Amino acid sequence: MRFVFKKSYDDDIKLFKHKPQAFYYLILLILLIALPWLIDDFFLGEATNVLIFSIAGMGLMLLVGHTGQISLGHAAFMALGCYLNVIMMQKGVPFIISLPLAGIITGFVGAIIALPVLRLHGIYLAIATLAISVLSEDIIVIAERWTGGVVGLVAEPINIFGLDIDRYGTPVAFYFLVLIITLLILVAYRNILRAPLGRAFTALRDSEISAQALGVNISKTKATSFALSCAVVGIAGALMGHFAGAFNHESFNLILSIQLLLMIVIGGLGSIHGAFFGAMVVGLLPQFIAITRDSISGIFNLGSVPIPGIETASFAFILILIIMFEPMGIYGRWLKIRTYFELFPFYRKNMFKRQKSYLKTERMK
Amino acid sequence: MDFWQLLISGLANGCVYGLIALGFVLIYKATEAVNFAQGDFMMLGAFVSIWLTNSEYLGLSFWLAIPIAILIMGILGYLLDLFVIRKMFGQPQIAVVILTISLGFILRFAAGAIWGHEPKLLETPFAGKELHIGSIVLGFEEVAIIIVTLLLTLFLFLFFRKAKLGLAMQAASQNQLAAYYVGIPVKRIQSLIWGLAGVVAAVAGILFASKGAIDPSTGLLGIKAFAAAVIGGFGSLPGALIGGLIIGVVEPFASFYLPAGYSQIAPYAIMLLVLIFRPAGLFAQMQKKKV
Repeated sequence: MRFVFKKSYDDDIKLFKHKPQAFYYLILLILLIALPWLIDDFFLGEATNVLIFSIAGMGLMLLVGHTGQISLGHAAFMALGCYLNVIMMQKGVPFIISLPLAGIITGFVGAIIALPVLRLHGIYLAIATLAISVLSEDIIVIAERWTGGVVGLVAEPINIFGLDIDRYGTPVAFYFLVLIITLLILVAYRNILRAPLGRAFTALRDSEISAQALGVNISKTKATSFALSCAVVGIAGALMGHFAGAFNHESFNLILSIQLLLMIVIGGLGSIHGAFFGAMVVGLLPQFIAITRDSISGIFNLGSVPIPGIETASFAFILILIIMFEPMGIYGRWLKIRTYFELFPFYRKNMFKRQKSYLKTERMK
Repeated sequence: MDFWQLLISGLANGCVYGLIALGFVLIYKATEAVNFAQGDFMMLGAFVSIWLTNSEYLGLSFWLAIPIAILIMGILGYLLDLFVIRKMFGQPQIAVVILTISLGFILRFAAGAIWGHEPKLLETPFAGKELHIGSIVLGFEEVAIIIVTLLLTLFLFLFFRKAKLGLAMQAASQNQLAAYYVGIPVKRIQSLIWGLAGVVAAVAGILFASKGAIDPSTGLLGIKAFAAAVIGGFGSLPGALIGGLIIGVVEPFASFYLPAGYSQIAPYAIMLLVLIFRPAGLFAQMQKKKV
């Protein structure tokens, strides 16, 4: 058990709670930097994929986990960021400008969409964003002039100050590019949460009416959260476009939207860690299933007949188990294990039990 | 008479959307949860009835198979709540949303693994029969769909208004704690509602599969049914049906008069317009939440 002696109010919002914590994160950072020399190019590609998913997860976590607004339509904003970035690069804008610009424009579009949509709450918001996700596929096909329609677009290799970065040609450089962007967004996210804005977000999540009573401008804060979330997700989309190389209207479909939401739930809603844990599960699960299937069919001599949809189905199955038995996700489980050892032998089973609430309707008829 | 043909087939489609939307509304009305897998329930109901009826499978007589299929789906809905959804009792709404989304994935996979991915048609005794009203030729199935849907909606509407069980369901949703106090078995009521939603899904599935072929991904129709439920105002049974009919009728006309590519957008565009200008739907039931 560790006791942190706080000497000023600022101690509550420090980046790291205590020195050992900072030390652990330093070790993690060194590991991440050393990663290209530890694993081969294939797994480095997978690691890059996980990092890109983490960025998208952080974007959605800000909205869902910290502001409490459900969105089932974030793949649409990934698509927007991806297409904007590639179209700008085709027009000759260098990557280092086009990527942030794509994020900013996506954020603005998100804010414009958010203003009418965010008057809705809960289920209605989920359905409205679901519709946005469905619509985006059709809109990409209709706007064939810019998006290439069904054929899609091809992402050009990135060039930063004469340094060529390409997913297949120079995987290590691409990995470091994604890692740097992830770290930048991570620090920004962490700082937003420490600032008044982040506190307004969580206040909004926990009780809209109490937040309003405390002077939080609800619609403005919601729109800000939506815009920031869309901007981050747009950047993730742009990176994903470079990672995939080529993409069309089906690359960013409804399934991806749902997958993003499920990802942060698996990881643990309401914590930045959750976005990373979830990304690891989502990014590595297909490989894991493929390897497991091969070894099982190797044992039973079944041959390698792929079963369509087995990936999404097992993903969904894991998710149901998590929702039923560990609603706080992987990060919640980790917290419990850590507390168990920190408090040993005084850990009680219902320490993390959440208060259950009885339901009351908002309808009067 | 293109216009009448389009209108009737649109109405028949709309009835199926309306029935799925009815399933959403039933569950939402009684448990405040939204079942994102309702479309897949419908798909499953259709496949169960195909499995019982079609000659390549069990080949039971149509009139025997239909009640069995409806019963199976009802029991399935009840058990689903008993073993899975009930664990969510007292947890935030989003948990059930995510649970049912993943359930939909699993149902789609299971149906694909059992019955394959080729589209299948339900063998009905009235397949291919036509009705002649003046100069208009109507498919028998389309008329049957419209009549069955209207009857079912009327029945459910009256059930919620008059029957003791229906009133108990409403009470359980409006205030769980108070419902407990007056002796309503809230948990069993919730299971019954899921069973009822299973029954409605089975009826929708049977009607849908008798009109057009069905495959495991048909469940994604549920998204259109969402649009229907939202237009009607989530929580209103007649609203769900009318929302479904609006979507159903708009679709064929949009694909007839609009350039290709724009017609799929129409239902969602209508829904977004309704959400923006009348967020509570046409049959509003919401009011400002109290602390």
